[in-house]
Amino acid sequence: MTGDADHLLPSDTPVTLIDAHGHPVADAGRALPDDAALRRALASLITARRLNDQAYALVRQGRLAVYPSSHGQEACQIAAAQVLDEGDWLFPTYRDTAAVVERGVDPVEALTLLKGDWHCGWDPYEHRVAPHATPLATQLPHAVGVAHAARLRGEPTVVMALCGDGGTSEGDFHEALNFAAVLKAPVVFLIQNNEYAISVPLARQTAAPSLAHKGVGYGLPGERVDGNDVAALLSVLGNAVIRARAGEGPQLIEAHTYRMQAHTNADDATRYRAAADVEAWTGRDPIVRLSAYLSIDETAFRAEAERVAEHVRDGLNRDIEPDPAQLFASVYSSPTPQLREQAAQLADELDREVAAR
Amino acid sequence: MTRHEKLSMAQALNRALRDALSDDPTVVVFGEDVGPLGGVFRVTDGLTAEFGEDRCFDTPLAESGIVGVAVGMAMNGMRPVVEMQFDAFAYPAFEQIVSHVAKMRNRTRGRVALPMVIRIPYAGGIGGVEHHCDSSEAYYAHTPGLHVVAPSTPADAYAMLREAIASPDPVVFLEPKKLYWSKEEVELGPRPPAIGRAVVRREGTDATLIAYGPSVPVALEAAEVADREGRSLQVVDLRSIVPFDDETVCAAVRSTGRAVVVAEASGFASVSSEIVARVTERCFHSLAAPIRRVTGFDIPYPPPKYEHLHLPGVDRVLDAVDDLQWEDS
Ligand SMILES: Cc1ncc(C[n+]2csc(CCOP(=O)(O)OP(=O)(O)O)c2C)c(N)n1
Ligand SMILES: [Mg+2]
Repeated sequence: MTGDADHLLPSDTPVTLIDAHGHPVADAGRALPDDAALRRALASLITARRLNDQAYALVRQGRLAVYPSSHGQEACQIAAAQVLDEGDWLFPTYRDTAAVVERGVDPVEALTLLKGDWHCGWDPYEHRVAPHATPLATQLPHAVGVAHAARLRGEPTVVMALCGDGGTSEGDFHEALNFAAVLKAPVVFLIQNNEYAISVPLARQTAAPSLAHKGVGYGLPGERVDGNDVAALLSVLGNAVIRARAGEGPQLIEAHTYRMQAHTNADDATRYRAAADVEAWTGRDPIVRLSAYLSIDETAFRAEAERVAEHVRDGLNRDIEPDPAQLFASVYSSPTPQLREQAAQLADELDREVAAR
Repeated sequence: MTRHEKLSMAQALNRALRDALSDDPTVVVFGEDVGPLGGVFRVTDGLTAEFGEDRCFDTPLAESGIVGVAVGMAMNGMRPVVEMQFDAFAYPAFEQIVSHVAKMRNRTRGRVALPMVIRIPYAGGIGGVEHHCDSSEAYYAHTPGLHVVAPSTPADAYAMLREAIASPDPVVFLEPKKLYWSKEEVELGPRPPAIGRAVVRREGTDATLIAYGPSVPVALEAAEVADREGRSLQVVDLRSIVPFDDETVCAAVRSTGRAVVVAEASGFASVSSEIVARVTERCFHSLAAPIRRVTGFDIPYPPPKYEHLHLPGVDRVLDAVDDLQWEDS
């Protein structure tokens, strides 16, 4: 047992490298990522924002069943994906479409389940992105398992495990942190603290000084970072990945950000928070601050963003022709006799329906 | 004095909670988003404003914690009514429900009762994405020690929730999501007990449809269509899965000699299998044909674009009725 817990404690305030006005922070104690890295991040942020807006529009048109928007949280998600190597893994939640797409998943595939299809849409092995998890925090132990297996197999893999502030209250969050620390698994846990779990504000979720403080009890170093500052995120997450890959174990990182829109299109946020609270965060927008810092006119990146939006529109405006046989095909490695019977029954019903028309 | 009001099922449940909170100071309501938001289905709308934070409050986001804390509060003189946000999000609480909620009375030789209600918005038919449409009744019904009920009308929702809250036993209260917005005149005064008592919703002489919760309206509609085609179907609404009302169900089946069970849950090892088994054991000599089941397929609940293929519908029910070995066909 080590007596000293100080090295596990997060800083008093979140790490910020570029402030809300786009000015570099003096004495940040960390180097800023180079301009090339920041330009790459900006391009992705702009595309991610466009993707969010497009998805929201498609929900209103009935083309998506539901969409949990990450508008305002793009910096967290883009940085989480960009600090990974090709062989690393990402474990996303339902809100992390931008991170999933940044990993290389086709945005139409990334939205497949939310569109109302029966599967997650992408092949998890192709881009090393797990199917997104809706039952909160349940993906975190899986992330630890993938990381531990990689270690046992001698692979240099690091796993990025995403979670919301509300999710930190679930038992699986705590079990995952403890396992990761005990196993010294190469996992980076990133909490996107957007201040709300549907209607419940963070103050009702935890009495801890910060969510990053939750690491100390399990022996994980915790760190806090400005979730709207992609430079700080790239630095903090990048370091955590390097440490994990070097065998120094897991880390817990809390990014301070804000859910700018309702929980999903089905939610009415006016029932529980004031417009002025949301307004206060528009001045901290991740895209505005980075383009100010780089003195880049965002329009330079618009063409690519529009191309992605159009691709999403095309992909989602096409109707899914439900293929009933698929519902039975992947439940087991091969369908049970009962499932074969049921699939045949359904096919017969549908044939009769067609014949009766 | 009995009052009547036209209410949706969600409003009837809200009214039951409100009346219980007013009548009994030991009743407390808690869960995820049940406070200022009023629950994602608005069943707890206005309760925090009216009764204060001690009586209706948002908890940290942790179902095992919600149910476990409710167990402790019930041990110490309160009547907790907790909400699980959706059927599949009750699973983190499974350990607490199965190992403690269900068993406390027995483990303490009856000394420690747990008068608590676990409300679960349940089943499909609302175009929900994965994890939002599970029919989880079999897990609970299979666990000795739990009462498991599912209303199918606003009036029953009101009366049964009042009864569940007053019950000395823990009740898993399944609220069919697709019926939240159905409306009818609701009697708000005392009513005869409904837990443990099935009810005949429609009289009929040729065959009996047995249903509960979200499948009751399907059975009623099938009976309506059958009637136009010259076949008279009786509809029994179980209301209560545990305790099970053998008497009413068997009397109904004996009166017609034929039966079809209609349920949304997958059929394998299900509540519907149990119904067929018990009724067959008790009514074998009154049956003119084996009892048929119309259930969901044995697959994970499918997404919006496919759910119409999975859910028992009128045609499938009538096909099963046609299969009941009619002498004239
Ligand atoms: C185990 C479980 N319980 C409840 C829910 C319902 N639910 C979906 S999202 C959500 C809020 C989550 O908040 P947070 O973790 O902060 O993530 P955010 O949505 O803000 O990204 C809730 C309660 C769920 N998905 N899983
Ligand atoms: Mg949140």
